Parts: sequence; C-alpha cells; structure tokens
Amino acid sequence: MKLLTANFLTCAVKGCKAAASSYPLHFKDAELELQEVDFQPEFIHNIIPRIDWEGLRVMANELGFPKIPDSKPEGDALNDEQTMRDLHRLLLETHVVEGRLCCGNCGHEYMIKEGIANFLLPSHLGKTKNSIVEIRVYADGFPL
Amino acid sequence: MLPTPCTAHVPFDTIYEPAEDSYLFLDTLSSASETAWLTQHFPATTPSPTILEVGSGSGVVLAFLAANSPTILGRADVLSLATDLNRTACLATRETVVKAIAAQQNTDPTTSPSTTDTNRAAAAAAAQENPSAVKSTHLSTLQSNLASSFKAGSIDILLFNPPYVPTDAVPRAPTATDFVPAGSRSEQFERESYLLSLTYAGGKDGMEITERLLADLPRVLSPRGVGYVLLCAQNRPREVAERIRGWREGVDGATGWCAEIAGFSGVKAGWEKLVILRVWRECIREE
Repeated sequence: MKLLTANFLTCAVKGCKAAASSYPLHFKDAELELQEVDFQPEFIHNIIPRIDWEGLRVMANELGFPKIPDSKPEGDALNDEQTMRDLHRLLLETHVVEGRLCCGNCGHEYMIKEGIANFLLPSHLGKTKNSIVEIRVYADGFPL
Repeated sequence: MLPTPCTAHVPFDTIYEPAEDSYLFLDTLSSASETAWLTQHFPATTPSPTILEVGSGSGVVLAFLAANSPTILGRADVLSLATDLNRTACLATRETVVKAIAAQQNTDPTTSPSTTDTNRAAAAAAAQENPSAVKSTHLSTLQSNLASSFKAGSIDILLFNPPYVPTDAVPRAPTATDFVPAGSRSEQFERESYLLSLTYAGGKDGMEITERLLADLPRVLSPRGVGYVLLCAQNRPREVAERIRGWREGVDGATGWCAEIAGFSGVKAGWEKLVILRVWRECIREE
C-alpha cells in the first residue's frame, strides 16, 4: 500500500463523512518499506495538482518524513530536483506493509496486513442513525 | 488487440473468474469510440487520473486499463486503486495489476516478467523509444465495501462489474472469521460458496448492490469523474440510464448527469444481454 493512498481515503463510517477530523486518517505503528522505482519527474509534476497538500503534509509529519514543502510546489519549485526526488520517494516508493489507519473523529482503527488495509466495519458500526449515535458516545470516551 | 492481463496466479475457488462480462469491459474500454472519449476527457496536460475498480475480483479489468493506459487514455501517469470484500481477491488484484503494468510498461525487457515474446519485444521497443518513460502505478487494494472508504471527489475513473444476478436476497458482508481456514470439508465448501455468492448475488432485480454504488457516485467522483457500470438485461439498463439523466446537483440544480451506453453484447430481439453505462457530469454551464 503506497503512502499516497491515504490522500484519497476517509473513514468508512457514514456518520464520519461530514466531520473534518475524519480526514486524513492517521497512520499508527506503520512499518514502512521502500521499493525503488525509476525517477519520473513528469509523473510527480502531474500528481502534485491531483493531491491534497495539507493532507499529505500532515501524513508526512506524523511519519517523521521531514522534507515536505509547507505549500504545494508551483512554478520554479517544480524544477528543483531535490524536492522532486524527495516527493518521488514519498509518493511512489514508500509502502506501508503493516500498521493501522485511525479515524480522528470516531477513533476506529483499520488494520493493515501485508499491505492490504481492512476497511470492513464490524456489524455494530452499521449504517442506521442509531448506531452512529452509539459510535459518537463511544468516541467521546476514547483517548485520541 | 491489446493484451489481456495474466490471471494464472488467481485462486478461482472464491474469486470470480474472468468471463463474458469481464471481456465486454475490456473490449468497451479499448474500443475506438471509448478511447477517443477518454483521451479527450483526460487531456495529458491535466492532473494524473485516479482509477478505482470496485469489487475488483481477479483485478483483470483494472489491470487492463492501467497497463494499457498509454493507448486507452493517451497517458501512462495513472494511479490505480481497487476494493474488494474478499481479502484473497485483494491480494490477487494487486498481483494482477502490478504484473500487467510490469509486463507492458517495463523498460528493461530482461527483467520483465512478460510471458510472451510479443510482450517482450514491445517492451524492448518502448525502452528504446523513451528510456525514462512514465510508468503507471498501483497505489493499493483495500478490503472495503464498495467505495465507502474513499473521500469525496477522490476518484476520476470508476469501474464496476457488479453482482448483477437477481436473487432473493443479498449475502451479508464478510467478517474476519470468513478468512480463517475452515475445519471440515463441508465447512470449507460452505465458506467458498458464500464468498462466491458475493460475486454474483444482486438481490431484487439484481440491482441492490448496484443501487448502493450509484447512490455514492456523485460523492466519490471528482468533478471530471466518470463511472463505468455493467448491467444485465434484467437490471433494465435503459431505465437506469434515464434515471441517472434526471440527477441534479448544485445551486438550482445547475449541474446534470449524463449516462450513455458505451458497450453491449448479445443483442436478442432488440435487447442487449449485457450493457456498460458510462456515467458522468455534464460540463458545468458558464453564466
């Protein structure tokens, strides 16, 4: 599972969709793996406008990846080879093999095993309004 | 004809084996009309498209589109994603997609896992033409219910070959215990039958799962997003298309939706047996 995936994910619990804190999900105990691929600056140039920069920055900081610019690179910054190589490493080469993805709203944790994240919800986190109320109560007492 | 991704590694005891409907998907996406539409809809100067296959099974459809994206989309810089309820299918999909991209886009033919000389020759030719070519990338396969784990506006191309067979009811969603090895032979058989039922059982009119996905499309698709959904004759595809054309969103319902038949097979007495609908937002009207 490439790290960039998290830029497109949110909590699967219906009641969390409207909550700002359900994105980005937070990696916990992430075991990272590097799989080298050829440096493709053109690909990075095309990916940058597709991603949510704030979400990427939060994720990179939480994983201790220090070299992410504070704002989305534009213009001349796109020609800075070191920045592009750092982004290449983060976006295309870094995988999460084991760990968890956690929702900042309800506290639910999605397990990642062998690079496959499990977003299936246990039956008590179902879809009806009643069960969403239950989740919120549960989340209030959850040390986030 | 573009090469079909290899699925020799896929255990078909709990995963849907590529069949007529899967191949209709491949033929539709690679048809001249669809390739032209997609290339025009996602010009190479626009941001890299995300491609999600929902309920990917063997992963053959997603692998086909990702590996052949230079031909079908006119660009290789695509990010592929997949979901399936069955963990075994998630592992299979990942392998199918990664292998297909390597087989068709690998610029080093000596390490390419291509199984045919034709693929190897094509890879070698591509390598000579452009040694630092962009290669499509598979981001991840998630064990997830439809597109529910994706955030709003995150998907540019969504593919769905749903469980469309009319059945009395739709099966329950699987839990972790459905994937631990079963004890007896009969338990194992029951387990496999259950997981396979997820691949075809569509409930009332075969539409219950498809309806859930359609209801989520306006949320998960980006403004430029397009969905491809396969339907069978009993799903009444023309009525479904008509209904989608009635969707409205935005201030005063300014944005409408389009639905067109992008591909079909098996015409009998004027009715298609299988249909693939292309669903997308019409251009946002200028003031």
